[in-house]
Amino acid sequence: MLRVEGITQLFGGLTALTDVSFSVAPRSITGIIGPNGAGKTTLFNIVTGLYTQTEGKVYLGEKNISFFEPEVLAKLGLVRTFQNVELFGQMSVLENVMVGLHTKSKSGIFSCAFKLPGQIKEEKIVREKAHKWLEFTGLEDLADVEACNLPFGKGRLLEISRAMAVEPQIILMDEPAAGLNSRETAGLAELIHKIQDLGITIVLVEHDMELVMDVCESIVVLNLGKKLAEGTPREIQENKAVIAAYLGED
Amino acid sequence: MIKEKRQILIFLLFAIIILLVPLFLKGNYFLNVLVFIGINTLLAVALNLLLGYAGQISLGHAAFFGLGAYVSGILTTRYPVDPWLALVIAALCAAALAFVIGFPILKLKGHYLAMATLGFGIIMYIFFNETVDWTGGPSGLSGIPNLRLGPLTFDNDQNNYYLVWMITLGVMLLSINLSHSRIGRALRAINDSEVAARVMGVNARMLKVQIFTVSALISAIAGSLYAHTMMFISPASFGFNFSVELLTMVIIGGLGSIYGSFLGAAILTMLPEFLRVFRDFDIVIYGLMLILITMFMPTGLIGGLEALVKVIVSKIKGSAAKNA
Repeated sequence: MLRVEGITQLFGGLTALTDVSFSVAPRSITGIIGPNGAGKTTLFNIVTGLYTQTEGKVYLGEKNISFFEPEVLAKLGLVRTFQNVELFGQMSVLENVMVGLHTKSKSGIFSCAFKLPGQIKEEKIVREKAHKWLEFTGLEDLADVEACNLPFGKGRLLEISRAMAVEPQIILMDEPAAGLNSRETAGLAELIHKIQDLGITIVLVEHDMELVMDVCESIVVLNLGKKLAEGTPREIQENKAVIAAYLGED
Repeated sequence: MIKEKRQILIFLLFAIIILLVPLFLKGNYFLNVLVFIGINTLLAVALNLLLGYAGQISLGHAAFFGLGAYVSGILTTRYPVDPWLALVIAALCAAALAFVIGFPILKLKGHYLAMATLGFGIIMYIFFNETVDWTGGPSGLSGIPNLRLGPLTFDNDQNNYYLVWMITLGVMLLSINLSHSRIGRALRAINDSEVAARVMGVNARMLKVQIFTVSALISAIAGSLYAHTMMFISPASFGFNFSVELLTMVIIGGLGSIYGSFLGAAILTMLPEFLRVFRDFDIVIYGLMLILITMFMPTGLIGGLEALVKVIVSKIKGSAAKNA
């Protein structure tokens, strides 16, 4: 589904990632873990087109998507959420999700300004679909609330609803459990499985080991910009190098 | 749906009031001021599309206003072009220029974008001043013909009022429509978080250029209307000061609010009449207003008014509940 080949990223003289390669199976849940500064978010930013890698290639299916712009990737069905929750704060919850449906509609400035019949029809469909995705994450009751007024946990859910509205093939979540309490995290795990059931591939960067070990089918471990290990949760838990990286060597 | 109906109702009410006003002001000097308020509202709405919706600043919008005025003025005085055709050509010229400079300029953000648009405004101002053979230079361009429609000539305040306000009301309605549409949402998304908007599939670069182009187009129409109603133009009306004045209109009225743009334009157009005593210090007063509004009413006068109405309504409801 998603294949990363030999990614190297230099920031000035600093090497953030060195020759990282791995692949993600279709419809799987893959976790990317590693201590702080391992390069997880950098890797996400490269895959989603926000950073330009120094070297290496990214493939979506058979398609080479290295150096694609984020808006093009969205059309191809690759979408992400953010660690610090990047909502459109001054818009309502419903409108946030409607932005997620941007690629699913095509009215231009002219037809929007003049409210041409096609645009009115499209607007109705977009609104209905947006409500559907709010139901999916259980935010339906908050549809008219301004997004900046949402509590943090709900904001996370809204980000996921918005990403789902893009109708992606693959969704990358950057620390979806950060800042959530244990009950919210349990709800998140359930939601992740529900997304997988729709046939969508999921990649998460996460620090919450309980969540990672619970939902992920395979795990990639990064440390100091290099791939340290790759395998099933059980293999990773028993991997000596991983344990050393997390706990320090004696 | 209910919200949408209310919006249409508010707009109709606004339009009816605007169109009825001249009946009470026959032959009054104030009607002339209202024509200017109409032109300035058009400009403020244009800038609001860029600044209030998409969150992209322009400190050079007076240049597009000037470009519209000069293209229209030059075509109708130096060549036998019909004023209406001149208006269309002026609007298209400004749009083409905005489209071309939009790509490099709108890559910039924040202060850098402000500086780039400021520079553009100054270049255009120098251009208006120095190309004396075309523009007449600092002494201006006179003898610009009025617009005509059949037997109707727009050469008096009342006719000009209807001409300007019909166009302004039309643009206001289109802008309100745009705000609650796919494109309006995408623009506001860019304003809130450009990165997230792009990840959702919004082509931010293209959309910013598009709205910049539309904004320039409307500004040039305002410029053309200005030239044909005033019949005389000079570079002094299209300088940096006026760009700042436009920015002040949009911000004190309320970013993103179309009626706010009207309010801002109305206040800043009438203010000089009351501020005559301060003479050249009017720019200081604008600055002061800008500071006070951004500090105490970040959503502008429209936002402040809405909050005030809410407080009053809840007070009335509260006292009604007490009495019962």
